[in-house]
Amino acid sequence: MNFGFTEEQELLRDQVRRFMREACTMQKVRVLAKEQHGFDAELWKQVADLGWLGLITPEQYGGSGLKWIDLTVVLEETGRGLSPLPIASQILSTAAILKTGSASHKSDWLPAMADGSAICSLALYDDPNWIHPDAIQLEGIEADGQVVLNGAKPFVADAMCADYFLLACKVGDATHLAALHKDQVKITPQVPMDLTKPMGRVVLDNVTVDAEFVLPLARADLAFLTDCGAVAVTAEMVGAAEQTLAITSDYAKERRQFGKPIGQYQGVKHRLADIYVDVESFKSLLYYAAWTVDDAPDELPRAVSLAKGYASDAFARIGIDGVGLHGAIGFTAEYDIQLYLKRSKWARPMFGDSDYHLDRVATLGGL
Amino acid sequence: MDFEYTPEEESFRAEVRDFIEENLPAKDQRGPNFLATWLEKVRAKGWVGFSWPKEYGGSDGGLIEQTILREEMALAKAPPLGASFMGLAWVGPGIMQYGTDAQKKRFIPDILDSKVTWCTGYSEPNHGSDLASIQCKAERDGDYYVINGQKTWTTGAPWSQWIILLTRTQFDVAVKHDGITCLLVPMDAAGIEVRSIENMAGDRHFAEVFFTDVRVPVENRLGAEGEGWKVTVSALANERSSIGEVTQMFEKLDTLKALVNSSTKQGKPANQDPAVRRRIAVFETKIAAMKYNGLRYLTKQIKGEPLTSETSVNKLHRASLEIEMDDFAVELTGQSGLLLKGSETTVDGGSWAKSSLNWPNVVIGGGTPNIQRNIIAERILGQPKD
Ligand SMILES: Cc1cc2nc3c(=O)[nH]c(=O)nc-3n(C[C@H](O)[C@H](O)[C@H](O)COP(=O)(O)OP(=O)(O)OC[C@H]3O[C@@H](n4cnc5c(N)ncnc54)[C@H](O)[C@@H]3O)c2cc1C
Repeated sequence: MNFGFTEEQELLRDQVRRFMREACTMQKVRVLAKEQHGFDAELWKQVADLGWLGLITPEQYGGSGLKWIDLTVVLEETGRGLSPLPIASQILSTAAILKTGSASHKSDWLPAMADGSAICSLALYDDPNWIHPDAIQLEGIEADGQVVLNGAKPFVADAMCADYFLLACKVGDATHLAALHKDQVKITPQVPMDLTKPMGRVVLDNVTVDAEFVLPLARADLAFLTDCGAVAVTAEMVGAAEQTLAITSDYAKERRQFGKPIGQYQGVKHRLADIYVDVESFKSLLYYAAWTVDDAPDELPRAVSLAKGYASDAFARIGIDGVGLHGAIGFTAEYDIQLYLKRSKWARPMFGDSDYHLDRVATLGGL
Repeated sequence: MDFEYTPEEESFRAEVRDFIEENLPAKDQRGPNFLATWLEKVRAKGWVGFSWPKEYGGSDGGLIEQTILREEMALAKAPPLGASFMGLAWVGPGIMQYGTDAQKKRFIPDILDSKVTWCTGYSEPNHGSDLASIQCKAERDGDYYVINGQKTWTTGAPWSQWIILLTRTQFDVAVKHDGITCLLVPMDAAGIEVRSIENMAGDRHFAEVFFTDVRVPVENRLGAEGEGWKVTVSALANERSSIGEVTQMFEKLDTLKALVNSSTKQGKPANQDPAVRRRIAVFETKIAAMKYNGLRYLTKQIKGEPLTSETSVNKLHRASLEIEMDDFAVELTGQSGLLLKGSETTVDGGSWAKSSLNWPNVVIGGGTPNIQRNIIAERILGQPKD
């Protein structure tokens, strides 16, 4: 029994922190988010060289064959600094190919994803707040070993920098993942409130694909990938929420009103304590969920729903109170705290909001 | 990270289970001597004071084994492993850390053998959360201390043989934490009067304790004179893993789910009501968070890292769950939920109604939520003291 991180994992954490502190600074994040759809080739190369993109890719495909719990360390730390780089997209695409791809898909695609030379984004659901196979609305029609796709994927993460897409679609009654190159589709940027999480709309106009690039996506695999997505998002939430607390707690020590630091007033300090309780708690739940992905997959659905069910509402409230506890200065564009509020809004619906996850907890718990 | 137990740990778990199987009859099959026999047997096993050093009669048990023991006992809803909860939780550890050899010889075996029950005399009528301000006076008179003053909310005072008492031996101190002295006092000493207090659930667990010229030999002082704060705070900081508690809370949640599955709300099955489902799920996320927080903190302890005040996190969850779960059950069952005693319409024998009146045991007894929040904000987040 050991619910802690190894020395290697702590070293990895230090490495990511250093990268965020030195290369992907908040100043840089702001520029990337505003002007470059969150992407920067230079930084991406550094990330790839550090090996984070191939963390869960088996060694035979050029990765390091580690686990989701290792990945969690990376996402927690990049989340802390609101990194806009498409690391989570790359990882989820990797997980999708590992689950649904053939041997040749894996050997053809995974090495280029692990070394960062090909950027890939996975898009599952088209309904804005429904986690269900029927929420996949893009349709394909099969004829003569080819599939013709018509429609749109409205919510594609990192669409503007991706080279390849894995787009969930329906062919007949069955769900599939269509693997496409960016030149086959039309991409329009969406304008989300959190620009550090770029999102685009991908339109498919009579796109014809060889059937070998349309990978069957079994319901269980769709559910698994959704759960992996929720683990990834929650890992980023843990880092971002901890940073929201750190920024706000520091401010409460400095800002004085009525002759005292505002952190001396219990209306302020007790809210900070409650935030600490929440972050500690969904962090513990997240670590357990991340561990189940590789080591107890049967437990994953319940574990991830406990974590994201808790985190979705808690972080949303933390984002709001982070701004509120700053007073007017928190409302300024110049102050970073508002970026965290936006991130908390972004995270809430991703891969299921609290209504979805808590209802699943109830069902899995026997109600 | 791994949640596997070693073969030795697993065989220890099996041993505990086998023991329970053999020695814990169903509630309705327990004879009048059951508890005494149970206490003797767990003692013979070395499971009382399991983590205490062998030289004091403990078993030098490791943290993980201790966790397993608590978990299994909680799962089986077994009675406590000793007659004196407070003796095992902080009096014993305090004596082992600060006591003289004579005190260790005199007090520790009786705690382990369930021969003596201890109570705790910290709070006073005017000093609860602000414990360091206590006023109960102890004056030195030759080889004795003479105690005058009052304690209150003293749980178990009506039936305990000994009390661990915080007194003030010095009044002109710069810092209120100084000048406090800890004394070990027999409850049958001349000049002690106990008046039990009825609580809102109708029980008489706690009491006022009055001290009038009570004489206690100096050899009954625990730690140095004026160092009582350190002695008791560090004994209280002897934080116990909350894992047994978490197991009990999961059990309680299961009972609550069974209640939901057999109840209706506005004429429809309660388990289909989205608000009901959500509340149950929120309880489960909090209990699971307590579990995994607890395991994370346990891992820290095993690695030898000191815990700061992280246990306040679980105390806050526990406090809100303690109030909300019973309250939810009572609300869910409407007018039936209000009934305390068995009749056709009583729910689960009135146990929810009864326990919905008992949350102060947990929520106020061990330091109130506001105080836990102060601890987190000040000691972990570094906010200024109020
Ligand atoms: C069931 C039960 C068993 C107990 N058993 C024992 C026992 O065996 N031995 C013993 O010594 N004591 C015992 N106690 C006493 C217990 O330790 C005290 O009740 C507790 O410390 C709170 O003190 P108080 O009741 O005087 O409340 P107060 O300290 O007067 O608090 C009243 C209210 O004010 C709030 N408050 C106080 N200070 C602050 C602050 N700084 N900031 C914000 N809010 C504040 C509290 O949160 C609370 O809501 C027991 C209590 C209960 C309920």
